[in-house]
Amino acid sequence: MTFLRAVSAITWKDVRAELRTKEILSSVIVFALLCVIIFNFAFELRVPDMKMVAPGIVWVAISFAGTLGLNRAFAIEQDRGSLAGLLLAPIDRSAIYFGKLLSNLLFMLIVEAIMLPLVMIFFNLSLLTGPHLLVIFLGTFGFAAVGTLFSAMAVNTRAREVLLPILLFPVLVPVLVSGVNMTGGLLDGKTLADVASGLQVTVFYDLLFTIVAYLTFDYVVEE
Amino acid sequence: MSSRPQGSGAGLEDPRTEPAAAPAGEQGGSTMIEIRRLAKSFGSKMALRGVDLDVLTGESVVILGPNGAGKTTLIRILSGLSKATAGTAIIGGLDLARHAEGVRRYLGVVTHAPLLYDNLTGEENLRFFARLYDLRRPAQRIVDLLEQVGLSRRRQDLVRTYSRGMVQRLAIARALLHDPPVLLLDEPDTGLDPQAAEMLHSMLVRLGGSAATIVSGAGDRISVGRTIVTVTHNLEHGLAIADRVAILVNGRIKYHAGVRGLAASDLRHLYDECCGLAQRDGRTGA
Repeated sequence: MTFLRAVSAITWKDVRAELRTKEILSSVIVFALLCVIIFNFAFELRVPDMKMVAPGIVWVAISFAGTLGLNRAFAIEQDRGSLAGLLLAPIDRSAIYFGKLLSNLLFMLIVEAIMLPLVMIFFNLSLLTGPHLLVIFLGTFGFAAVGTLFSAMAVNTRAREVLLPILLFPVLVPVLVSGVNMTGGLLDGKTLADVASGLQVTVFYDLLFTIVAYLTFDYVVEE
Repeated sequence: MSSRPQGSGAGLEDPRTEPAAAPAGEQGGSTMIEIRRLAKSFGSKMALRGVDLDVLTGESVVILGPNGAGKTTLIRILSGLSKATAGTAIIGGLDLARHAEGVRRYLGVVTHAPLLYDNLTGEENLRFFARLYDLRRPAQRIVDLLEQVGLSRRRQDLVRTYSRGMVQRLAIARALLHDPPVLLLDEPDTGLDPQAAEMLHSMLVRLGGSAATIVSGAGDRISVGRTIVTVTHNLEHGLAIADRVAILVNGRIKYHAGVRGLAASDLRHLYDECCGLAQRDGRTGA
């Protein structure tokens, strides 16, 4: 119970502060929209069927914008000296990880909720279906699970803004490839059962990295 | 060596909060903090070179020393923010290396960084930390603490609108929220103007006589004197709140004694001597 209270307190604190400042959301939303717009102009003249590139564009935009947000997640705590306040609390330190994971996930889902309609308008696609949303949610969860852990790792380094994507993207390859394949498959008319192998990979990835983060977070934030 | 009377209840304590659980056998009159041969290195640089220090329950110990002496490193290790390379630290009967989470419940920490969120209000900050410390019914406790640190009227204002002195007072309220039996203060007056530093100092003097409530292994609530370890550069302020002073130079305790009858000028002389000895030939030992 203490653990859950701590997790919810950290998420509440992040959401409350973000609603006031919109420090992360405003920049990430603008960046995600710019990504989609630039890709639209870059591909529209040369690609005969935008369905071919739309899944890649969606996942690249999610990855780039998500990385921008993740960079700030722990940097805000570190720059303002408040991370030590969290570390001093008599809680299992993995509660800090899960609190941050939930707030990162929530912020990414808000960005996607604004970005996806724009993608649908530009590329004339339907992405607001149950299977599409499930695939995007699972991929986003995996992204946030790994990204939150790596963001905590990078926060004490001098070149953290550069280091985070360098650490993160190679590890994200399985979830990104699965996400693109599943989104493409669903756009081609396949069912969830047809893309089950991709779903299995993503669920396994999500579970694996959530457990790894739970087991290692204490060491990651240790001096 | 002197120590303050225990459980005097003269300070900022409020027994209505759920107190920290005390390990069996740990009560007033005993050693609250026991440090043995504590060492810390950062690569080839030794920050602490075998510190030994006992702090009795209810006692106020002030650690003095020049920049780079290892004072902040010592406080960071005691608060669980950093791990010692060698040696042991036992707080409230619990070995810090093995029971870090349990020890953290015993501690209130104030540093020169406020450890607060400037985009939350003063009250929201305390409510957030009350949830992290799993305090039951914290509302009245928060009201009382804000009153005691003089921030009641500004409780709904964002912390980013506070002055530096107000932020430090809120940081003290945060540190006292769970009524910890041990307070670790790392240069809490850094960056304050003289007036704010004086206000903070008088608050720390009051804290020196205060009590905390802990729960014994048998479930009894016991009032014990609050143990305070303060790191400061201000010898006069340090002397005013100390039962004992320790002078840390080059990662070693060079001087360690009670302050009864010790004038500020004597302490200044001792301090200069310790630092001068360290500079001249690096001699060691208290």
